[in-house]
Amino acid sequence: MMRSQTAPYWWLVVPALAALGVFYLYPVAQVLWLSVTEPAPGLGNYTTLYESQTVRNVIWRTTWISLVTTVFTVTLGYVVAYALAQVGRRTLVIMLFAVLMTLWLSVLIRAFSWVVLLQTNGLVNQALIAIGLIDRPLPLLRNELGVIIGMVHFMLPLAILPMYANMSGLDRRVMQAADVLGARSWQAFWWVWFPMSRPGIIVATLLVFVFSLGFFVTPAILGGGRVMMLSEYISFQFQETLRWGQATMLASTLLLGVLAVLAVATRFIDMKRLFGARG
Amino acid sequence: MRGRITFTRGLALCAAWTIVAFMVLPMLVVVPVSFTDTYYLSMPQEALSLQHYQNFFQNPRWLTAIWQSTLIALGATAIAVGLGTLCAIGCWRIASGTSDMVRLIMLAPIIVPQIVQALAFYRVWIDFGLIDSYTGVILAHSMIGLPYVVITVSAALSNFDVRLEQAARNLGASMAQTVALVILPRIWPGVASGAVFVFILSFDEIVTVLFITSRRIQTLPKMIWDGIQEHLDPTIAVVAVIFTLVVGVIVVIDQLLRARAAAVAARKP
Repeated sequence: MMRSQTAPYWWLVVPALAALGVFYLYPVAQVLWLSVTEPAPGLGNYTTLYESQTVRNVIWRTTWISLVTTVFTVTLGYVVAYALAQVGRRTLVIMLFAVLMTLWLSVLIRAFSWVVLLQTNGLVNQALIAIGLIDRPLPLLRNELGVIIGMVHFMLPLAILPMYANMSGLDRRVMQAADVLGARSWQAFWWVWFPMSRPGIIVATLLVFVFSLGFFVTPAILGGGRVMMLSEYISFQFQETLRWGQATMLASTLLLGVLAVLAVATRFIDMKRLFGARG
Repeated sequence: MRGRITFTRGLALCAAWTIVAFMVLPMLVVVPVSFTDTYYLSMPQEALSLQHYQNFFQNPRWLTAIWQSTLIALGATAIAVGLGTLCAIGCWRIASGTSDMVRLIMLAPIIVPQIVQALAFYRVWIDFGLIDSYTGVILAHSMIGLPYVVITVSAALSNFDVRLEQAARNLGASMAQTVALVILPRIWPGVASGAVFVFILSFDEIVTVLFITSRRIQTLPKMIWDGIQEHLDPTIAVVAVIFTLVVGVIVVIDQLLRARAAAVAARKP
């Protein structure tokens, strides 16, 4: 009986599924397929991964920058999420507005703003010279530092929001209990609050790391071609050589890397909840 | 606990404000730069000037770009919202292992890295004859936006009492009538929220556009991208200010929509 009632609802699902299949999944499958068939069938393209020093450097740099970005983003994001969970309503609205603005504001515009701030005659250098901390401009752009600053800035809302969602659901009376039982505030934080907030930390870490691995725009703009991460390298290589085999091999490697990270992460968290499938 | 300012909490609050300042700083800094009286990217030197605003609003290339981006974003939003809303409703009502699987598959565009999907679209769009066409960009963006609609609508549905749907069906309403007259009126804020999401996503998308367009399609992000790569034109600061203002309005609207979503879903029949 249930079946007969719900069966027609598949007609609502089919159009989206069909469209996604033809216009998204099929193209992505093509990328994977080309990586093992172009120019010749086999894993020939993948030998580049250990033969080419450049490619190894790019992959190493991508992983390293992503790790550093993740550590900074999650640490800084945790502080903001913690504050959001503690403050009164008015402060909450102001802080949350700032976080959401950053989330929604164009990634290009944000990268552009960092160029304005970090360039040789940029505002950060001018300010540092004006207060006498340095006498010549620091190189803040077209290097890893600039890329990491821009990436942390981009990722912060992505880390803050899941951690705040987790913390706002915690029972605050536990902290009061710790207080009453004589714990100092840092003890209560470290032994009571921090362990409860761990699920949010895991989700934030995962999101930031996965997005960092495949990040294109900010590293490309702030790295100025000198700090090539995998995404930019793929695009650069492809536009130079138009070799589908190499480009799709690198793209497949990136995709499989991301999927591997997610696969490991499913051991710790419920994926469906992470991506909101259960609402 | 509340009201007692402990050292730890005070320190955390100071640190949090510093970090929030770091987040907001780039948005604020473009405001004075957009009024610069120089032809390069800097603070105003001698006087405030509106020359770059004038350039933005009178230059046909920028205006065409806005128009093209808007058109593409509207098209992508329409497709993604239509497909995504129906899909979310279907999966919600079916509520089986298979439909959970479908919802998970729908999330693919969030998981696949941007460069991978850009390459994928490019390859297949060549075969489909969609390179450098409105249809091509709209289709690509609607696929990228689809998961966000599924997520927001699913979230709205999770507050919706499934017995209302059953009652409507038992009283003789067809599935189409039930969806249009019973379900949609109660989840529209979730649908609207998804629409806002897709619109912004499409309006800001650059990686796929770089791959699947050439001369004919010049979206706003493409103009900004070229502007940054080539000569750091202060006009981009003007664009940045306008973007920031628009996004501010959108965030407020979206927050109101979310509050409304909770209220509408909780309303007793």
